[in-house]
Amino acid sequence: MTENWIILGATSSMAKAFARAVSVDGARVFLAGRDMVDLEASAEDCRLRGAQGARAVKFDARDTSGFAAIVEEVSKEDGMINVAVFVGSMPPQADIDADPSLIAGVVTDSYTGPAAFLQTVAPAMEARGGGTVIGVGSVAGDRGRIGNYVYGSAKAGFHTYLSGLRNRLTRSGGHVVTVKPGFVDSAMTWGIEGMFLVAPPENVARDLLAAVEKKKNTIYTPFFWRIIMGIIKAIPERMFKKMSV
Amino acid sequence: MLWNSLTYTGWGRVKTATGPVARPERVSSLRAALADDPGPAIGNCRSYGDACLNDGGAVVKMVRLDRMIGFDETTGILEVEAGLKVGEIARVFAPRGWLPAVMPGTGFATVGGCIANDVHGKNHHGAGSFGQHVTEITLMRGEQATKITPDKDPELFRATVGGLGQTGVIASAKLQLLACKGDVMVVTERRIDGYEAFIEALDGSKATYTVGWLDATAKGDALGRGILEEGETDYGLVPSKKSSKSVPFNAPRFALSRPVVKAFNGAYFRRIPEAGRTTVKPIQDYFFPLDRIHDWNRLYGKAGFIQFQCVVPVDGVRGLKRILEKIAHSGLASPLAVLKRMGPGRAGMMSFPMEGYTLAVDFRAGKKASKLIAELELMTAEAGGRVYFAKDATLDASHVGAMYPELAEFASITNKIDPDGHYETDLTRRLKIRKAV
Repeated sequence: MTENWIILGATSSMAKAFARAVSVDGARVFLAGRDMVDLEASAEDCRLRGAQGARAVKFDARDTSGFAAIVEEVSKEDGMINVAVFVGSMPPQADIDADPSLIAGVVTDSYTGPAAFLQTVAPAMEARGGGTVIGVGSVAGDRGRIGNYVYGSAKAGFHTYLSGLRNRLTRSGGHVVTVKPGFVDSAMTWGIEGMFLVAPPENVARDLLAAVEKKKNTIYTPFFWRIIMGIIKAIPERMFKKMSV
Repeated sequence: MLWNSLTYTGWGRVKTATGPVARPERVSSLRAALADDPGPAIGNCRSYGDACLNDGGAVVKMVRLDRMIGFDETTGILEVEAGLKVGEIARVFAPRGWLPAVMPGTGFATVGGCIANDVHGKNHHGAGSFGQHVTEITLMRGEQATKITPDKDPELFRATVGGLGQTGVIASAKLQLLACKGDVMVVTERRIDGYEAFIEALDGSKATYTVGWLDATAKGDALGRGILEEGETDYGLVPSKKSSKSVPFNAPRFALSRPVVKAFNGAYFRRIPEAGRTTVKPIQDYFFPLDRIHDWNRLYGKAGFIQFQCVVPVDGVRGLKRILEKIAHSGLASPLAVLKRMGPGRAGMMSFPMEGYTLAVDFRAGKKASKLIAELELMTAEAGGRVYFAKDATLDASHVGAMYPELAEFASITNKIDPDGHYETDLTRRLKIRKAV
């Protein structure tokens, strides 16, 4: 049976790599985002690479009014409904310090927007008795740090939301994978100083597919970020508060 | 962020450049980069010298704009973004019976790079150059996008194909794919004992894909000995793919020393039985044999390497023999040496191909190699041939006019389109290509 994948934030390089990977397996993809010109081009690319079908759909994390229509459109198709969430925004912390009102946007893009979408689609998944959600969070959500703690706190909220959703969807045969990527070689990290061990988006996509296959609950990608974050989380707060990592 | 200040090199790693690099992931960010700081497009930097470098200036790295954006089943015309790797097209389309009409020796080359260098492949004698199968190009200068075709804009088209990026950024292109039987190759290999026999064998080959591997260390009677490879596409069972390996560090100097290369070449030659052999290979292994070894350029060590590739006209066949003799006696050649028959096909003013024979040999960079290559370049000019810009790092600007007769016309067109020289590269400056009158 054809797998349907709703891909939120489909213009990001990680999402593009993931969409290609599931297209090769013959999935039907719904590429959701704001830049429709870009999404249409990606949809054609997915079709030519083997997708059963590929559609560009308008999605704005800050506008919940469009969510139900996407769920309705996907529900017309046969097969399991799966969702992969790649949305989020990370303005420099200094910009947020200068204009604290930016926080609302970061939290909506990175947490409450996608959570509201997942909340909308969950009943449809439950009705079909399965399906997988991939929620891309961040290692930044594991501990608040001076450089990006607003973004980090939004992702931490998203992680907690995903664990609750996992608890819920398991009951109907569904599954939720929480993904914590380290640095990924994308437009978001291009030209930012201090990047190391940046992973190609194709490798992240491969890790995501493997995690879905093995029904992993939480993965770090690349895997060694689990060790790095293990160390960072183990530092006592009285020391951590003076550090800038 | 839009820009990243990077130091980057060509495939041979002898030339480097430092400057702001944009790597757009959407057409809108490509437009933003070109509006902000226009510069030439680069792809995967598989050209060997400085064709893909712009030291001190901006470049737009196109590799993330790599989608297939339209395909017409009836005509076989595929539209792609310029950053798509040509090997990716083969991987996706060969099982459906289509192949890029022309494929260079590496599948990592981007479509934009293939057009800008008007590359050729093992079927050049029959199929011509890459640009001859391009039916439309979307060019971007600043924020302006223009679609050009060979019929409607012959002059601009011929300045863009093989044009080293000088007419603007190639954003996307339509390619006429070639129908093929399937995704395997039937390859016949046989030993060739010497230069004259090789020329004869290449001239007489009826195969669609033909290439010769040369033992560039062989001298005397054995001069020009090697292996002729002839291939046809076919369908059927694909032998299991061996996984790719990568070269983890720079090799030490002795790895390609004279006795090692001589021994390797001898063994490589004798690997083919005297009676020849026919094998079936996955299409990727045939067209892109070195792509399975990632970063193979590290085998040449830290100093990097230079590939000398020339083509001489049919009547330059004796001049080519003298070139080969010179290489064999230098003791500097590496195992990678290729001889091929070329047809007349070329699609641009500055395209490399001409009817005749092309020879490509790698040398580890160094003083001796530079001196030798300078002599080879002179010999090429005397034989009425030309040197390939995609490989070049050393040519003297004084040779370019004679090797490329349409140089002045090319310079005048590109200077009109790009009066401020935004799209110049290290290669066009070194060879004074835009200065020609």
